[in-house]
Amino acid sequence: MKDETVYTLKKIGFYTVIFTAVAWILIPIIVSFLYGFTSKADYYDPHMVIPHHYTTEYVRVILFTLGAWDGIKNSTIVATLTIIISFILGIPAGYSIAKFVFPGKDTIKLSIIALRMFPIPVMAIPLIILYIRLHLADTLLGVALAHTAMALPFVVLITSSIFSGVSKEYEEAAMVFGLTRLGSFLKITLPLALPGLAAAAMFTFVMSWNEVFVASVLTLTHRTLPAQILSIMAGSSGGAAPDYYKFAAAFIMTLPAMLFIFFARKYLVTMWGITLK
Amino acid sequence: MERKSLLPYLLILPAFAYLLFFVGYPLLQALYLAFTQNGAFSLDTVRRTINDYYFWSAFKDTLAFAAVIIPIQLFLAIVFALLLNKAFKGKDLAIYALVIPLTISDVAGGLIWYSMLSPYGFVNKVLMNIGLISHPVYFFGYQFRNREFLAIVMAEVWRATSIVFIIILAGLQMISKEYIEAAEVFGASYWTRLRRIVFPMLKPSIQSALIIRTLFAMQIFGVVWILAGRDLPVLAGEGFYQLTVIKDYGVASIYALIIAGLSILFGAVYVKFLKAEYLEVMR
Repeated sequence: MKDETVYTLKKIGFYTVIFTAVAWILIPIIVSFLYGFTSKADYYDPHMVIPHHYTTEYVRVILFTLGAWDGIKNSTIVATLTIIISFILGIPAGYSIAKFVFPGKDTIKLSIIALRMFPIPVMAIPLIILYIRLHLADTLLGVALAHTAMALPFVVLITSSIFSGVSKEYEEAAMVFGLTRLGSFLKITLPLALPGLAAAAMFTFVMSWNEVFVASVLTLTHRTLPAQILSIMAGSSGGAAPDYYKFAAAFIMTLPAMLFIFFARKYLVTMWGITLK
Repeated sequence: MERKSLLPYLLILPAFAYLLFFVGYPLLQALYLAFTQNGAFSLDTVRRTINDYYFWSAFKDTLAFAAVIIPIQLFLAIVFALLLNKAFKGKDLAIYALVIPLTISDVAGGLIWYSMLSPYGFVNKVLMNIGLISHPVYFFGYQFRNREFLAIVMAEVWRATSIVFIIILAGLQMISKEYIEAAEVFGASYWTRLRRIVFPMLKPSIQSALIIRTLFAMQIFGVVWILAGRDLPVLAGEGFYQLTVIKDYGVASIYALIIAGLSILFGAVYVKFLKAEYLEVMR
């Protein structure tokens, strides 16, 4: 009987901790979403914890008057370019690490991991000099090129792990039946690796979508979404933006990324396990 | 066969060259901007940086944020990961909820916590309605700098614990069940198992998590810029300010160099002092 009580108490304690942790994560998101749509009067009423009147005015103003819609378009272009460039560069490298044994492989792999420890975003500061000379300053391509440098080590490590998960026998069998290495890669390995690569693409997308420092430094008029929001909301200059606009902005920034995690949730834990080896 | 041996290098070369360029070029450019004046070696820019009123507080604040935030995150992440590594009803949902912040940018994280802590925010309203306080607690504004620090810590712990958590959880899942079962057979208690088996085997994951988190912590910018502006100067924020407002490329580059130097320094320290002891060869 006593053991049973202890067991039940333990179970209750366990679920309380889990529940608290989940609530701690979810409540701020729910609150900011709610307040982003709350009418002015309700928000400034100190007794109105849960507001009663809602409006979409703030989201519309942020999107169409304050340039967030253009920011979304720019962010999407930058993130897509980042995926394309980093995959074109990263997939061959990942494939090579996964499928070949060659001298110096460990050194190369280690240096890629070491490069990941370098704060590439802040290096946008000296990079701007080159960009001005090459007319890349204030272009979306310029931001995407810098984001690629940031994402590439991850893409190489993730893709190499995905490819090593595709059994070598399939490819060898295909080559026995007369396909070239490239042919067997395109017809066998790539399709098998596709779900993992899609998850890696989403991962890259979010990395670029959320990055603010590079985007703020390298652009002035072609702002990505976080850079645009930062420039209109920042504590020092934009403290004047009414609170509910800030929450509406948080909603606009957070929603797409949350959709991502919903689709990629299956891969998240394994993917992070992979990138860290 | 001889010709084939060149192929793996050729496949890696583009990615490697690209990375080297994007690390090497800005580094050289920054060194050039920081230590030359009209083409000759000069410490003028360094002097200008160090004499700036904001420099030392930016240096201190950045380190203070890291020193406060990272230990809390590591502790919470290990606790959550140990709890969620068991099988229970609703486990997948709980993991899903805990990793949501992984996709939230620091700018959005700052704005979200502003909705909690602003004078008319959730926390103040709840506390006032249950009668614990009669006036809202102010977290923001220059005269409340210390509370701004607290608000930023809360926002960062909330947002970026996920990444530590998921790294530790992935590490836990890689530990072979056999070790734990063997220890159980020999009568090791839960704490002994944690201390003797789980933590030593978790070291590589903890190391990776610390390196990644410290790297990001040295670059802390968006959340501070949103919640405090320059009330609490940080290194990346000062670099940004010098570049975009003052247009002093030299001073801005020194900030970038300092951040790079700190990241490499801490990375090296972690690698040296958290040497992984492999009980098994990881794949």
